[in-house]
Amino acid sequence: MGELKVHRVRFFDYMPTAIRAMAFNAHTERLALARMDGSVEIFNFTDHYFQEKVIPGKDSRSIESLCWVGGRLFSAGLNGEIAEYDLENLRPKYSLEAYGGPIWTVISNTQGTQLAIGCEDGTVKLFEVLEEHIQFERNLDRQKGKRNSPSDCSLTYRLLVDRGIGGSKSRETVVWSVAFLSDHTVVSGDSAGKVQVWDGHTGTLVKTHLVTKWDVFLPDLAFQFIAPTLHQQDKEWVRTRTFKNHTHDVRALAEIETAIVSGGMDTHLVVRPLLEKFDEKSHASGLRKIHFPHRNLVSCAKKAGLLLFQFPGQLELWRLGDSDGHGKPGDRLPLKWKPEKLLLLKRKGEDHICCSALSSCGGWLAYSTVSSVRIYRLQTDNNISITKVSKLPKVLRSAHQLCFSSDSSKMFAASSQSSVLVIALTQSESWSHSVTFPSPGSRQPIHLMTTSVDGKWLAAANSDCEIHVYNLQKLKLHCIVPVYGSCPSAMGIHPTTNNLTMVHADQQLFEYSIVEKQYTDWSRKLQKQGLHNVWLDRDTPVTHVTFNPKNPNQVVLHDMHMFCIIDQSLPLPDQKTQFYNQMTLRSLSEQERPSHLHAFKICKTFQDLLCVSLLDDQSLVVVERPLLAITSQLPAPVRQKKFAT
Amino acid sequence: MAALYEGFTLCGLVPTQNASDSPIQGIELDGDSDHAVVTDSTRSVTLYKVSDQKPLGSWTVKQGQLLTCPAVCNFQTKEYVVVSDNKVIRVWKDEDLNIDKAFKATVSADVWRVHSAPGGEPVVLFQRGAVRLLDSLLSAPQQPIEDVLSEEEVIRWSTNIVAEKQHFVLFTTEQKGEHFLYVQRLNPNTLQKYRLEREDSGAPPLSFSASLRDKHINLLYLYPNGCVYQSVVAVRGPVELEGVQTLPRSLRLRLPVGEGKLGAASAVALDEAHVAVVGMPHPSARTGKDFLCIWNTNFQTLQAGKEMVGRIHGPVWCYLGKLFVPHGKALSVIPYECQKSSLASALGKLRHAGIAVSKSSVAVPSWNSLLHGDQPQGPAKIVDTRKSKLSRKSQSATALNVDQVLELIKTGPVEEVQREVEALVSRGDAQDLQLSVGQLACHLVARSQAETAFYTPGALAQLVQTQCLCHSVCPDLLLLALEHKDYFLCQLCLQLFPDIPEVVTCACLKTFISVPDGDVEMVSLEPDSVSFMEGLVAAGDRGGQQNGFSPPLFEEDSCDAHHQPKPPQHQDKKNPTLQLEACPVGLHKAVLLNEVLQTAYSDNFLLPHLKDLNAQQVILFLQYLQFVYLKFSQDVYTQTPGLRSPTMTQIIDWLCLLLDAHFTVLVMAPDAKGLLSNLESFVKSQVKLFSELGKIEGSLQELHKMKLSKDISQYSIEVIELF
Repeated sequence: MGELKVHRVRFFDYMPTAIRAMAFNAHTERLALARMDGSVEIFNFTDHYFQEKVIPGKDSRSIESLCWVGGRLFSAGLNGEIAEYDLENLRPKYSLEAYGGPIWTVISNTQGTQLAIGCEDGTVKLFEVLEEHIQFERNLDRQKGKRNSPSDCSLTYRLLVDRGIGGSKSRETVVWSVAFLSDHTVVSGDSAGKVQVWDGHTGTLVKTHLVTKWDVFLPDLAFQFIAPTLHQQDKEWVRTRTFKNHTHDVRALAEIETAIVSGGMDTHLVVRPLLEKFDEKSHASGLRKIHFPHRNLVSCAKKAGLLLFQFPGQLELWRLGDSDGHGKPGDRLPLKWKPEKLLLLKRKGEDHICCSALSSCGGWLAYSTVSSVRIYRLQTDNNISITKVSKLPKVLRSAHQLCFSSDSSKMFAASSQSSVLVIALTQSESWSHSVTFPSPGSRQPIHLMTTSVDGKWLAAANSDCEIHVYNLQKLKLHCIVPVYGSCPSAMGIHPTTNNLTMVHADQQLFEYSIVEKQYTDWSRKLQKQGLHNVWLDRDTPVTHVTFNPKNPNQVVLHDMHMFCIIDQSLPLPDQKTQFYNQMTLRSLSEQERPSHLHAFKICKTFQDLLCVSLLDDQSLVVVERPLLAITSQLPAPVRQKKFAT
Repeated sequence: MAALYEGFTLCGLVPTQNASDSPIQGIELDGDSDHAVVTDSTRSVTLYKVSDQKPLGSWTVKQGQLLTCPAVCNFQTKEYVVVSDNKVIRVWKDEDLNIDKAFKATVSADVWRVHSAPGGEPVVLFQRGAVRLLDSLLSAPQQPIEDVLSEEEVIRWSTNIVAEKQHFVLFTTEQKGEHFLYVQRLNPNTLQKYRLEREDSGAPPLSFSASLRDKHINLLYLYPNGCVYQSVVAVRGPVELEGVQTLPRSLRLRLPVGEGKLGAASAVALDEAHVAVVGMPHPSARTGKDFLCIWNTNFQTLQAGKEMVGRIHGPVWCYLGKLFVPHGKALSVIPYECQKSSLASALGKLRHAGIAVSKSSVAVPSWNSLLHGDQPQGPAKIVDTRKSKLSRKSQSATALNVDQVLELIKTGPVEEVQREVEALVSRGDAQDLQLSVGQLACHLVARSQAETAFYTPGALAQLVQTQCLCHSVCPDLLLLALEHKDYFLCQLCLQLFPDIPEVVTCACLKTFISVPDGDVEMVSLEPDSVSFMEGLVAAGDRGGQQNGFSPPLFEEDSCDAHHQPKPPQHQDKKNPTLQLEACPVGLHKAVLLNEVLQTAYSDNFLLPHLKDLNAQQVILFLQYLQFVYLKFSQDVYTQTPGLRSPTMTQIIDWLCLLLDAHFTVLVMAPDAKGLLSNLESFVKSQVKLFSELGKIEGSLQELHKMKLSKDISQYSIEVIELF
């Protein structure tokens, strides 16, 4: 298909924050994960660990513990508050001061009627879970002078108390973590690297596991001892196995039916399946690491050649460099000018940025937090200037997704209850609200939006897997794409045919004709033949779909480890075809090549991809964030074994 | 490492009537770092510019008056303060010519010292232990001064230290043979009294030195038996401890004392690892005590030494990288330098890595923990030293035995000495031994040197095998072993001593080479090294060679040789492999030579000593090296891991060194011709190998380039091709 000029960008210093807490909801199979910056992410474990929702963080929020009660999510943290989250609008619903100092842990009883929290002052407080609220019920008094059996024996809930209320056994060691099990077994982990199992009735030591020579922080410890809990045989605790998936401290751990999920200072989520739960090697039995968010942090102005990077606290606007040289494949071209950081825009207020957008002409920039939306006018030609649009429609309070129309005359904001606000640019550079599309069905938040180049169509996808297509000329809902069982992870509308290409978390690929309101023939053919197993076995979702304006047959999409150009004019690969065939093609002669071509042209030259986009000048922008660079910026592990220490 | 530089004389000294007294009372700093205020023992104070060695000013009190304390500089007012006749405080400025016309005040009690330090105002310490700030004292000179010390208690030494805006006066006292340390804090005033542990001999400490390090005051004191102890007092210590505490101490150094009592010796801490000692004998010089030495307390090694002309008068001062030593008829200033000492620099060139670790790991890393319990200095230190003191007390039973054995060594018969030493070594644990082994070895060696009939090879070998010994602890041991032809002991020393000087290495080499094979073959040597050598000799009866060396090269050479009418050489070359198979020296001799090859050395120091070898020895050694080199080059020979063996690099280094040292001799010597041309052919083969490598360099570089492209900067525009 030919040569491509690639802007290889590595100056997006994206830095995920450490994982602090996790809670798994076995009923809905959702994992809630809290990071150090106070953000909460929800992963759907039934849908290929797709990151369904992200609740943006806030400066003053610090989450130490998460807890599901039914479908409701609660958190507690060092600011001493318990918060419940509104999972439809992706914001805290309310928060409640517990008056016990920093809260280290929160947990519910199995009936889901009560919440117990463990506070810094040593008290355990119980809250009643009501329909719309929680209410303080009573205090469990702290046990003064009680030494070895750390938790309160009168408590009939299974309770996890961090930071050993009971204090430590010997002078030098610190008990980092204590677990109290329903059969009055107490498990403690301490800084000497031991996990000890105690009999809660008699206060005697049942068993000691020397887990590690390192300082056992909660993580390493917890990491080790959940494994034994799976194998509790009434008689004895057997240490089963040691996993070492993390380079840094593990701070949070969840045990699900078939796997151990862990996360920590090294910021990635690891799902380690317990192989004895699987009969055969399958897709689910592989180790899964989730490094990057399953959504876009990079906006690309295709006409202007600008990149917008979204950080929780700021936005960075860069102009790409350029080169007028030509070169052979594999060459690096001399730069005519270097990339330039045009702008660093810090957010206002405590709330972190949840989404941002850059218009394709590069003239408008917008971002949203849970409390406000801001739009800026940009001049990037000679004198860089930025002006905040002072008057915005009142309905525009916050958005889950923002997106500009391709002619920059409209902005779309995914608002509460799955509705879409259309904000139009009026003559005097001010924005006014033109229409709201209410959601016809689901109230789940919209996580993807895309518009057609001709300005006629808008597609919005929500976490209920629904995709709505709105007609922007008639200002009404056009159609609902047949709901597929897996959440769409990326979609795009073709610039000429107005076909909607959707990629789902389970790697399925569909093309839907908006005009005809049906799947296209190519899509049907693809579904009939089935996607190649190699494609289906990839473990990161496709996060971006773009098209080649010059060649209507080409669709560009990417995940973390590759980008792919799908040429719809070429035959689809069947299962016997070599899927990654670029190397083979390279070695073949010009004449032999056509017989080996297939539709999926995959390039793995670039790794750890955050964005791949095709500019209007046909050059490709690849934003890489090497994991090594992230790791190198992490703080050193709490304690490392060094020679002769 | 530490070094003493060439010193210079600051001023001459007038000997005092009483020979034991120092002619100098004190040397203090001025505000200017290059100035020194020298107070002599009688009447005058002189200000010197040190770098110019010239006096800038001199002040003398009237005849009949006597200066009773060293003059100090008040750093805040730039005035000088001195005390005459115990009670009269005199304050004057630089520009005052006559001290008698300057300010003076008479106080109501006898003054011991006036102390001043940068950052604090001068304090006056009275003979009865009271402390006053100079200003407040001068504002009311006749104020009553209380007695702090009891009646028979007298101050022996004092100093002051300013730490973190906290001013301390430290002084030691003596009362009925007991010694005490007082720590007086100023503002708020608190006084803490410590009892110094009695040294076994009951002798009083000879000198004290206090320094501030890591928020702790380190007190270093020297006893006449050569022990240097260190005690640590926390600056922010427990505020009020009731009563008299015993000051925990730790032994930093045990210096060799030699015969006779130490009269005026003194030790001063230079930094945390180095101590300067004067008035002590140099361990390798037999006689005299008039040395200035710098010891490393971490490794207990002598770092630098200098003989001072004339008797050393005792105290030594250390300011800003210079040592002030009064000796004979002069006050010398000797600049020094202490670098952070690392084990590697202390041991010299790194040895064969694998072996070095396995052999020396026991002895070396434990030095710190062993001697000082090596915690980072902190409050816990005091507790720790107390602990270690307790443990030391429990060890004293064995220590006594060490003394007994030492006595026995002086007079006892060979067998008994041998038995006792072996018993002692096998009984004691490593920690006890560390200190006593050196003494035992030194005594044994000294006796052996005195009486030729006395020699205890077994005991010495056992001492060496404890790995607590090194060459600098007992410098004569290895030479003694050579003298007595105790090759086993020589081998042990070469293996286990990390610090053998090049001259001794060469002496060993010379002896080993020239010893007749028959003499050595009977000696039992360390079995591992022997089995290595047996393997080496046996290996490779046939088979190719690596490193580009191959027999065909000889044929090429012999083609060249046709032009030279040298039949004997030619005969050699017809049969090169046969010549190579035979080891030019006996098996045990080879084992010993291997040990020499593996010792650590520096080329510069080794080279001059190598010249001492005569031509025959050189040729033989070269032949041996060539033999080992060829063996190593053979594919067939594979080194047994774990066996101590010279490396290829060591062999080549020695070859080069030998050729360097004796090149002219070898060129002239007719019997070296064959050898040299063989060596030349090695070089040729190596050169050929490298030229071959050079030919494929281009291809290799391409590989390199491919690697390079992986290195990606922040931004690049690349061209890729998709098919």
